[in-house]
Amino acid sequence: MPLSAEEIRKLQDKARQLRCDMVDVTVWAGGAHIGGSLSMADVLTALYYHYLDVRPDEPGWPERDRFVLSKGHGGLGHSCVLADKGYFDKELLKEFNHFKSPFGMHLDGNKVRGVDASTGSLGHGLSMALGMALGARFQKQTWRTYCMLGDGECDEGSVWEAAMAASHFKADTLTAFVDRNHMMIDGLTEDVMSLEPLADKWAAFGWKVLQIDGHDFAQIGEAIEGAQATQGAPTVIICDTVKGKGVDFMEAQVKWHYGSIDSELAGKAKASIMGGAS
Amino acid sequence: MTEVTGTTWNVYDANTLTQAEIYGRVLCDLAEADPRIVALTADLAKSTKIGVFQEKFPHRVFNVGIAEQNLFGIAAGMARSGLLPFVSTMSAFASMRALEQVRTDICYQNLDVKIIATHGGVSFGQAGTTHHCTEDIAIQRSLANMTLIVPADGWETANAVRASVKHPGPVYIRLGRGFEPTHYENDEYGFELGKAVTISEDTDITVIACGVAVYHAAEAAKLLKDQDGISVRVLDMHTIKPIDEEAILKAVLETRRILCVEEHNVVGGLGSAVADVIAASGKGCAFAKSGLPDCYSEVGYPEDLYSHYCIDGDGIVGLVRELLHREFEADEDWEDEF
Repeated sequence: MPLSAEEIRKLQDKARQLRCDMVDVTVWAGGAHIGGSLSMADVLTALYYHYLDVRPDEPGWPERDRFVLSKGHGGLGHSCVLADKGYFDKELLKEFNHFKSPFGMHLDGNKVRGVDASTGSLGHGLSMALGMALGARFQKQTWRTYCMLGDGECDEGSVWEAAMAASHFKADTLTAFVDRNHMMIDGLTEDVMSLEPLADKWAAFGWKVLQIDGHDFAQIGEAIEGAQATQGAPTVIICDTVKGKGVDFMEAQVKWHYGSIDSELAGKAKASIMGGAS
Repeated sequence: MTEVTGTTWNVYDANTLTQAEIYGRVLCDLAEADPRIVALTADLAKSTKIGVFQEKFPHRVFNVGIAEQNLFGIAAGMARSGLLPFVSTMSAFASMRALEQVRTDICYQNLDVKIIATHGGVSFGQAGTTHHCTEDIAIQRSLANMTLIVPADGWETANAVRASVKHPGPVYIRLGRGFEPTHYENDEYGFELGKAVTISEDTDITVIACGVAVYHAAEAAKLLKDQDGISVRVLDMHTIKPIDEEAILKAVLETRRILCVEEHNVVGGLGSAVADVIAASGKGCAFAKSGLPDCYSEVGYPEDLYSHYCIDGDGIVGLVRELLHREFEADEDWEDEF
């Protein structure tokens, strides 16, 4: 069922709060992958606050939906969502990146509740997500598997090994998102290593391809529901996003792939985020 | 899952089946009892001999094509969702092409994935160096959480595969390719994961071997006894990680001369693992390693290569005779300290 206006408003509010949390954790951590966490924040919000069937008080519930953050450097954004959902105390994030903290930039599934796969090295997540989707089918389970890829990550050959196999195995309970923020560490994706025509590439690999505005909850919801209804093929949702979305001085700036901010700058960032409140 | 006891096992003739063929048959037995077991491969279902499994359980085999990174990533995801994947491919690809997936997706997450690495060492000799793997023992033993087994022959392969199911976490089992000679007469010789098999208790010198070198070491021991009257202790160090420190230190104490033989680069393999234990003990002994002398392997039939690299019986005989005459400094009171 499409998201109602009221549901969208609540998701927008939640996404603003989560973006502010990401800013706080970036200060505590002394630096974090803020740009790519902000760009995928709306999709993560839609998933965790509407679509994923999970139990934060029972992270290992066997029938839960799975989420694999293949762009593991988005651990900042993911951990803020998990804390807010109640997987663990938000206060723990004050130790993000600190000595012996369970929270490094790239989350460890054996240390952080709610993380279905340890990721960090790019090009690993889609294969693991496919394994989970095949595992569900093998065990006659109906849970679904979602995987968030970075666009720069799609340079990795292993992404396409997994893409080929997912379509071969008709893994229709697998949904991939590409956080298409058009940027990677060294610059624009199209300058460093061209990805376009990206949608055609996924289509050629046998995937159902949806292209949306990754900051528009109505479109995000419609695409996820479209993926859920698709049979016989996996779905990829290419989300057109803005790196650093929500913080005016970070938006579409390559340099905010990873950055550190002090409390003064954090105040400005949060004001910018909340200034977008309607 | 149903516990399977030893009495229900089919006994396969290791003299007529390769290690990999035995793996395929043992996996069938295991899968009968354990519905979590699935088999994965990357276009090597035939080469890694899981055909028999495929015939019996077609829906439990996943062939991902020639894509080893994806192979191990999928296995990790399956293990995360409650399955028990057995992944078979050539050791060169399992240990090098897909090393990061094995390390990060499987070992770092400490997942229950069993890796059957075939064509280890120079066992596919004619194929050339790209299809040899003389680095995997060094690579795999450096991965935390990994258990590493190099079975001596088909009987030991059966034991190792069975033991791996009961042992939680990642396990790497390194096999050869063809009809390597068998050392054991059956599978009932007391195999225990992490415990070396003492083939002979002799005391002049110890040969510690793994894989096909066990057979050759035992042959060399017989020859040395007959020709030279030398009593050679032979240890089948099938589990290289965790290594049997007790058996090594006992051999140091009781024989004071240690020769390690393996189908692997002498850097980082069995010999290095044994040397770690001896060095940490502080005990002096005469010590030598045999294997590939830090070089890329030549092409040829395996038996010619084993001869070339002194992994065969004649080679081991020569190395033992040499090591018996080597001087070393022993602590005067070391027996008291053990």
